[in-house]
Amino acid sequence: MTTLIEAPPSDADGLLPTKKKASGGGLGQYILIRFLLIFPTIFILVTLVFFLMRITGDPITAALGGRLPPEQLAERIHAAGYDRPIFVQYFEYLGQLITGNFGTTLSDNRQVSEMLTTYGSATLELSINALIVALVVGIPLGMIAAHRRDKAADAVLRLFAILCYATPVFFAGLLLKLTFSVWLGWLPVAGRAKTSTELALTALQAPTGIYWLDALRSGNMAALGDVFAHAVLPAVALGLLTAGIFLRLVRTNVIGTLGKDYVEAGRSRGVSEFRLVTKHAYKPALIPIITVMGLQIAVMLGGAVLTETTFEWKGLGFQLATYLTARDFVAVQGIVVLLAVIVAVTNFIVDIVAALIDPRVRY
Amino acid sequence: MSIEPTIAAESRRDPWFRRLPVISHFNKSVGLQRGMLVTGLVLTGLFLLTAIFAPLIAPFGFSQISDADGNFPAQQAPGGKHLLGTTVGGYDVFSRVVWGAQTAVLVIIVAVIMSIFIGVILGLVSGYIGGWLDRILVVIADAVYAFPSLLVAIVMAIVISGGRSSLWGGILAAAISITVVFIPQYFRVIRAETIRLKAEPFVESAKVVGASNIRIMSRHIYKNATRTLPLIFTLNASEAILTLAGLGFLGFGIEPTSAAEWGFDLNKALADTTSGIWWTGVFPGLAIVLTVVGLTLVGESINDLNDPRLRGRKKAAAGKAGPGSAGAKAAPSAEVSSS
Repeated sequence: MTTLIEAPPSDADGLLPTKKKASGGGLGQYILIRFLLIFPTIFILVTLVFFLMRITGDPITAALGGRLPPEQLAERIHAAGYDRPIFVQYFEYLGQLITGNFGTTLSDNRQVSEMLTTYGSATLELSINALIVALVVGIPLGMIAAHRRDKAADAVLRLFAILCYATPVFFAGLLLKLTFSVWLGWLPVAGRAKTSTELALTALQAPTGIYWLDALRSGNMAALGDVFAHAVLPAVALGLLTAGIFLRLVRTNVIGTLGKDYVEAGRSRGVSEFRLVTKHAYKPALIPIITVMGLQIAVMLGGAVLTETTFEWKGLGFQLATYLTARDFVAVQGIVVLLAVIVAVTNFIVDIVAALIDPRVRY
Repeated sequence: MSIEPTIAAESRRDPWFRRLPVISHFNKSVGLQRGMLVTGLVLTGLFLLTAIFAPLIAPFGFSQISDADGNFPAQQAPGGKHLLGTTVGGYDVFSRVVWGAQTAVLVIIVAVIMSIFIGVILGLVSGYIGGWLDRILVVIADAVYAFPSLLVAIVMAIVISGGRSSLWGGILAAAISITVVFIPQYFRVIRAETIRLKAEPFVESAKVVGASNIRIMSRHIYKNATRTLPLIFTLNASEAILTLAGLGFLGFGIEPTSAAEWGFDLNKALADTTSGIWWTGVFPGLAIVLTVVGLTLVGESINDLNDPRLRGRKKAAAGKAGPGSAGAKAAPSAEVSSS
């Protein structure tokens, strides 16, 4: 444990380029250290979540308190082992986590791990769709804003970026629903697919749970269209949130690189302005985008919780909201821990990718 | 490096009120940037005035569903007595939007003050003392920072109130939840600045003169390390509103009978949309968007004006002669805040 903490403090987002002494060691060592740093992060989060959730009392009282007579409540608490010392429970919980056992939900008596795999794919699908929207919208607009710096187009685009950030995903979702589903009637109101499509897709051999992938594999074009129609609004609502951030980031960084000598040199050689922005200035501006994308995964997961609730998209976030209302804190804890693992692992991957692209990132 | 002398020079030149954060930024701004700053200030001012004078502006109470003429009609379209219509429960939408501003301001004030207070102290101590304390705090702060802030807030809301509570209980719960999310941000900024400043000659000379560690931390380093705080404050105030609304939307806000909360109203409005009732959701949503846009415009403008590379070109050419070193220093903090 001490050796892990001894490691240099991780600058996970890589946005604060701290000058570290070159302590030798190459990419391999960097990856190893960065990999080992995942564990304290997850460990700390699990510990914090466990103790915080227990300060208020045991999960059974939280879920069923007031609905059961005290004797029965005490009996169930005893049966579940919640009357033992907190540290015994803590170490038991850690042991269970290592073996992949997240416990059993209280409200509907399911294995948390099974629930996580069922609904995780829906959240993954939503996040991928949203990320595509964010990249397709954010990067080109950011380049335009940088190119037209301080002109009218730049002002409009920056305002657009601020609006993207300022609009909560559930309000964006509500507006999109009102406009495209209720008034225009073009797109379905909620859900991931029609019931008939859902049945057809789950009947597949070894479904991935990612609907458009399943629909593609089965070659069922009607199902693919249906899945696509359902996916548009949630993806746009969640994607715009991140698109604004990408737009600003691309703008700032391209403006920074556009002033560099080599861009000037390119211009003097007669390279077109379009090519200067999209190739010369854009490439070096890519690294901050990749690192911020890692941070955005966390933002996106938070946004996914709200988006899924808005569109009744049956993923982890929707389940989280449901279990929160049911005061089922075992399930909540399971989902929170899983999300912590996802965030830690994506940050690790992003750091490695950034290091592969730019050797200066490594220490 | 050049920070200390610059401050001294400026303070000799300008009277104190011209050096106040927002006013000095206004004087530095030009063209489009001034427009953004003014728009932001107007929106923010409107938001604050609405919050302060909510009892005078709102025609009805936030939980009022009847008056002398009897019960309010449910789901009435905007117009007439109910300017922005009524909800399913018969609440007046306009009144709840106005009262919601008050709730939002209270939560922001409590949350931001608490997180600045705790974050700054932890950052100063951690950066100045260093050692194992610093390492542990950094690992914890990084772990919390990397985690989706809404989930941190949800966990905290469960801890504090079990999810539901009265006006002040709810405001405190929401504020503390938001505080926990923000402490790592203040901590990181202040710690990084402290570590940089610790090596500056003026700190060393203070040591030589015999100043105690507490005095060095509280005077010499604190004054210099907190220069970016107005910026973080405005950015975090907007994030606090979004987090509060998110909590309310998930049903972890404040009960409708004890205060008005925009996120909660939006949650209730969700069911109305399918039947084409738009006014219950659109107005609280617009209130959130306008408030956040206002605060963000102020924050963005301050950020750009602090960074010579992003400041309007005319001024950058005429004003600072050598933006080189100052620009390079300001760049990382600007990027962090824009992420």
